[in-house]
Amino acid sequence: MSGLALDRYLPRESPIHALDARVKFLVAVAFILAVSLLPAGAFASIAIAWAAIALASGAAKLGPFRPTRNAFFALPFVLAALPLVFTRPGEELFALPLGVFTLRVSVEGLVAFLTIASKSWVAVQAALLLAYTTPFHDLVDALRALRLPTIFVTTVSFMYRYLAVLSDEASRMLRARAARSGSRGGRSGGRLRWRAVVAGRIVGALFIRAYERSERVYQAMLARGFEGTVRPRASRALRRREWAALALAAALLASFEAAAHLWIPAV
Amino acid sequence: MFPAPFLLHAPDGFFSVPVSVAFWVVTAAVLAISVREANRSLEERTVPTLGVLAAFIFAAQMVNFQVAGGTSGHLLGGVLAAVLLGPWAGSIVMASVIAVQALVFQDGGLVVMGANIFNMGIIGTLGGYVVYRAIASLGRGWRWQLGAAAVAAWFAVEAAAVVTAFQLALSDTSPLNVALPAMAGVHALIGLGEAAITVAALAFIASVRPDLLQARERAIAAGGEGHAGGLRGALRSGPAWLAAGIVASALVVVVLAPFASADPDGLQRVATDYGFDTVAQANPYEILPGYTVPGLGGTASTVVSGLLGVLLVLAVVLGAARIVAARRAARLQREEASSTA
Repeated sequence: MSGLALDRYLPRESPIHALDARVKFLVAVAFILAVSLLPAGAFASIAIAWAAIALASGAAKLGPFRPTRNAFFALPFVLAALPLVFTRPGEELFALPLGVFTLRVSVEGLVAFLTIASKSWVAVQAALLLAYTTPFHDLVDALRALRLPTIFVTTVSFMYRYLAVLSDEASRMLRARAARSGSRGGRSGGRLRWRAVVAGRIVGALFIRAYERSERVYQAMLARGFEGTVRPRASRALRRREWAALALAAALLASFEAAAHLWIPAV
Repeated sequence: MFPAPFLLHAPDGFFSVPVSVAFWVVTAAVLAISVREANRSLEERTVPTLGVLAAFIFAAQMVNFQVAGGTSGHLLGGVLAAVLLGPWAGSIVMASVIAVQALVFQDGGLVVMGANIFNMGIIGTLGGYVVYRAIASLGRGWRWQLGAAAVAAWFAVEAAAVVTAFQLALSDTSPLNVALPAMAGVHALIGLGEAAITVAALAFIASVRPDLLQARERAIAAGGEGHAGGLRGALRSGPAWLAAGIVASALVVVVLAPFASADPDGLQRVATDYGFDTVAQANPYEILPGYTVPGLGGTASTVVSGLLGVLLVLAVVLGAARIVAARRAARLQREEASSTA
């Protein structure tokens, strides 16, 4: 195995792990949707949503703050929202004189920026928690049960199966390149054009290996009786308890959303 | 670890719900056509092929090369997938890659996934393929085809960046007069890396396993030299690349300037129509009021300020990269010193 962590699944004996993947997937998407719909400045509501994640993570025996700790990696994207701080008109908080021009920070801009950043942070935690508590193949089965076209379901499940193999293949090739290309002080050798062409040839070689592997896989499947279609695991109907869990989650999220717009104070 | 241009993998919360839902609808409609077309033209053997090649795209995004300072170029893969697999299967593969990146690695959001798939998976494969075929049909010979793939790869990344900027602006997440020049400028350069890797990969495959290129491409490859020598014209050394990048950015700015500021009301009106227009954009910069340069009129002024914006972003990126590289060099030296001591 390479350094690439290919699965975030963390096996535990918990009610959240035991919950049907379809239910978990739908609740996670609905939760992220509810968080996305919160009004600007609804920091109290965002805090409630975050607390719900912490509770669920605690219930899943992962420790309440594991998703919180591990959700920072999505933050570089906040760069995209940063200009709002300066461009949103409103009450001026302070001004940064930068010689020829002045950057004015408005309260409204800061609130809008912090809303986007914190919503995104909580949404990533929800997605993380789903991945922590659900084996990927259960998730794929859930997507199949939710009527995703078969070609996607089979592509995604085959892709996942060969992800580790091909990532390893790629990292071996990159290691081979590193071993054969002198570099000093972090600077690679050769000219830019040469480096680009080498990277492209690695990609080309990787494609050929991947394609040949897919042919061997196909032969192996034929040898084992493959007749052109992948037969899925039979999916059972949702139990009454699972419908109840879905309905409860939907009711909770709807009332949370209504409360956030009507009662919970926003900045 | 996730080297695909991160500014195109939007996390949840950055696109508003109306924008996310609208792009989910568009994406689902286009992918439905892809599924129908792919099911019609593919054989049963493609069941494992699509999956393994989706894993290939994921792994290929790990392959990087150093550009300048600490920055590196790598692949998004849309045009490569479309040329190798055909646009329909290519879009299915790219959509699967983006879905797995979001579900397994939280690289990109779930509610915004429709928009992400549209930007990287549909513009990249279907849009890129249209550009590739259009240009390829104008000329003959091996180099011309590779050049067409290069232009298509650059276009795919650039178009994805431009659409992302518009989505951010429609979502009220980033003002268009900042997001558009920044995204378009940076990705005009990133697109060059995409073009280089795509072309070199195609040239390599054509020379080693020409049979793997699709029938249409096979005829092209058979007539050519079969090695990457023809790339010489397209890829040159560092400074020329940078110049090409700046020229490309300039072209984009010139083409987009009228949209960006001569008619900001167009977007504003769209926003009002859909009811998510909350605040009118005021002018934040006293140095370039209204994204124009004092003393120049109309579009010319917008173009000049757009170019200034591109250069500014470029300077910031290169500066940051240089600092990172210097730190890394210092750390390496320390490690060497401590290991010899």
